[in-house]
Amino acid sequence: MTRELHSFPGGLQMPTFKTLSDQEMSILHPLPERLILPLQQHIGIPSQPCVSIGDKVLKGQTIARAFGYVSVPMHASTSGKIIDIGDYPVPHPSELKAPCIVIESDGEDKLFDIRPTNEYASVDPKELQDVIRECGIIGLGGAGFPAHVKLNEGVENAVDTLIINGVECEPYITCDDRLIQEKASYVVAGTRMIRHAVQAKHCVIAVEEDMPAAYAELEKLIDDDIELVKVPTRYPAGGEKQLIQVLTGKEVPSGGLPIHAGIVMHNVATAAAVFRAVTRGEPVISRYVTVTGLVEKSRNLQVLLGTTVKDCIKACNFEADENCRVILGGPMMGMHVTNPDVPVIKTTNCILVQENIPRLPEMPCIRCGNCVDVCPVNLLPQQLYWFAKTDNTEASQRHHIFDCIECGCCSYVCPSNIPLVQYYRYGKSQIAAEERRRDGADHASARFAARNERLQKDEREKQSVKEEKRIANQKEDKQSYINAAVERSKAKRALNKKTLEDTNKDD
Amino acid sequence: MEQGAFIIVIPMIACLLAWLMMPFDFRTNTTLRKRALVERLNALLPQTQCGKCSYDGCQPYAEAIASGKADINNCPPGGDETIRNISTLLGRDMKKLESEHEQQLQQHVVLIDEQICIGCVKCINACPVDAIIGAAKQMHTVISKACTGCELCIAPCPVDCISLVPVNVEIKKWVWTKPQPEFEVST
Ligand code: SF4
Ligand code: SF4
Ligand code: SF4
Ligand code: SF4
Ligand code: SF4
Repeated sequence: MTRELHSFPGGLQMPTFKTLSDQEMSILHPLPERLILPLQQHIGIPSQPCVSIGDKVLKGQTIARAFGYVSVPMHASTSGKIIDIGDYPVPHPSELKAPCIVIESDGEDKLFDIRPTNEYASVDPKELQDVIRECGIIGLGGAGFPAHVKLNEGVENAVDTLIINGVECEPYITCDDRLIQEKASYVVAGTRMIRHAVQAKHCVIAVEEDMPAAYAELEKLIDDDIELVKVPTRYPAGGEKQLIQVLTGKEVPSGGLPIHAGIVMHNVATAAAVFRAVTRGEPVISRYVTVTGLVEKSRNLQVLLGTTVKDCIKACNFEADENCRVILGGPMMGMHVTNPDVPVIKTTNCILVQENIPRLPEMPCIRCGNCVDVCPVNLLPQQLYWFAKTDNTEASQRHHIFDCIECGCCSYVCPSNIPLVQYYRYGKSQIAAEERRRDGADHASARFAARNERLQKDEREKQSVKEEKRIANQKEDKQSYINAAVERSKAKRALNKKTLEDTNKDD
Repeated sequence: MEQGAFIIVIPMIACLLAWLMMPFDFRTNTTLRKRALVERLNALLPQTQCGKCSYDGCQPYAEAIASGKADINNCPPGGDETIRNISTLLGRDMKKLESEHEQQLQQHVVLIDEQICIGCVKCINACPVDAIIGAAKQMHTVISKACTGCELCIAPCPVDCISLVPVNVEIKKWVWTKPQPEFEVST
């Protein structure tokens, strides 16, 4: 039975430039001298170092532990010495520094003692999740959400369909395509393991129509237990909510999660990583990265995490200078980095080198409505643009700015060259900042109130001590008054008695 | 004629209904209504508790605005954003900040130079949010998470060992820049 496919609104058909890099076998990138590993490569809480400067580590050894539930551990990508734990530039649009562990390679690439889990089908799904977490697996498609969290949602809710996403819809990127072609058996076996971990009823692996070689490789390996589906090539068909819509016709509601529709989705690279983790106990320490664009030799590299972007570009016979723009990710959603010394991390899928052409100047919006037609989540981009521009955070939220997946379709078609996505990113981060200020203010006002209460209490206590003293004093006064009165009356009585006796004597 | 009567009667009924639907206390008790207004105003203030508005903290300033004793544009830490929010709440016009103090755009906290501090506890008594810890004749220190940067502790320190520092921007708190087109928009 073939699955009936549906459609999502908007979207774009555009040149893909994939043949630049998808034709050749990937190559192993040589071992670099130094690896820089940021403590935060995933969404959630950064991991905490469990090694110190000077320690010797082996490839695959845990060097930072997960901190909290939405966090994963980190492992050494090669053997060597920890030479620093401190702030280094990381791949982030802010270009700020963040805490990293730096390893100086000893050149031996000696493997840590790792333990495989045999016979995954017989182990408890919960246990499988722990293995997946301990191996540092996160969404390798780009979002970087810890995989075990999504799997756990799957265990706690009934999962109708597990979708393994191989729909690499952004132009230029071919790392998943190459991974499937070269490691199809990993992907299929990993898919079965994830299916066991979430106990899904149905299971689908989806690839794009223009990935025939990958499709053929997968087809050789799957049985009736997995459906293999080709989805039409249209950007952004690989977006989580868009792919769910294409495959099931279901729309994940605003603010909702796929699990609310009975769906769990993972990337093909994540599935391959699960296979490695379960059968060999291998953590995530390397990944496929597409290096493409202006570089002389566009191709996919198997890169150890922590290798610098500059090294990867060099491996493709190119030196990026000020005439180039280096983008991590694709041309639609990627981030521009000016410092090529940032490391490749778990979510780096592509390094795209483009010519540095200045953006055409932004012109006023002419209300043409092109942006509305292409938005895959049915938003009103020109309205959102206006609200972000005028800092109207309340209206932005009312018009669902947080449903925007930042796909860039609207900016792509805008005839006025408005950098719409940048406005939405600004708007979203502004709302988040406002919330943080609000939280900080609530905290301060609570402390202020607590202090005032404390001062008042101190004051009341002082007052009551005074009052007690006064009363006590008064009491003392009364007592002595009474005593005096008693004394007086005694004296008087004695005197009376004496006078009486005297008179009697006189008698 | 008939239609004209409807136009008058329907809004009247609507008003009456709205009034009836209010909690009973609200209809009769003006102090309660005012207290609610103070609460909403206070929620819009930055809670720095610095007293730069000439009141003893944000809550007292909110009370003064609610009773018409103070204008809406005297809070420097809140700046334009706070004034805009209050003007929207009260349906008044936006105003420029009026204060002897400058608007603060960057968030600050204070640091105590622990080498110099003589442990006189003067700063502790000045801090409106109990953000300083220490005891008599002991070195004092600031809980920077709780410090609002109100600067009230700086002046009382006899040895000038408290200084104001800007809060470092972390990746988590970083905000995207707004594109700046060359043409002007009218708002
Ligand atoms: S595409 Fe650009 S010019 Fe057209 S309505 Fe949208 S924002 Fe305005
Ligand atoms: S970037 Fe956001 S608003 Fe623009 S088309 Fe994509 S989802 Fe819609
Ligand atoms: S100036 Fe603003 S922050 Fe300072 S106490 Fe007054 S209302 Fe609060
Ligand atoms: S430590 Fe100083 S600046 Fe910070 S809140 Fe207390 S008094 Fe204000
Ligand atoms: S006022 Fe200055 S010297 Fe006194 S305790 Fe505070 S910081 Fe130390």
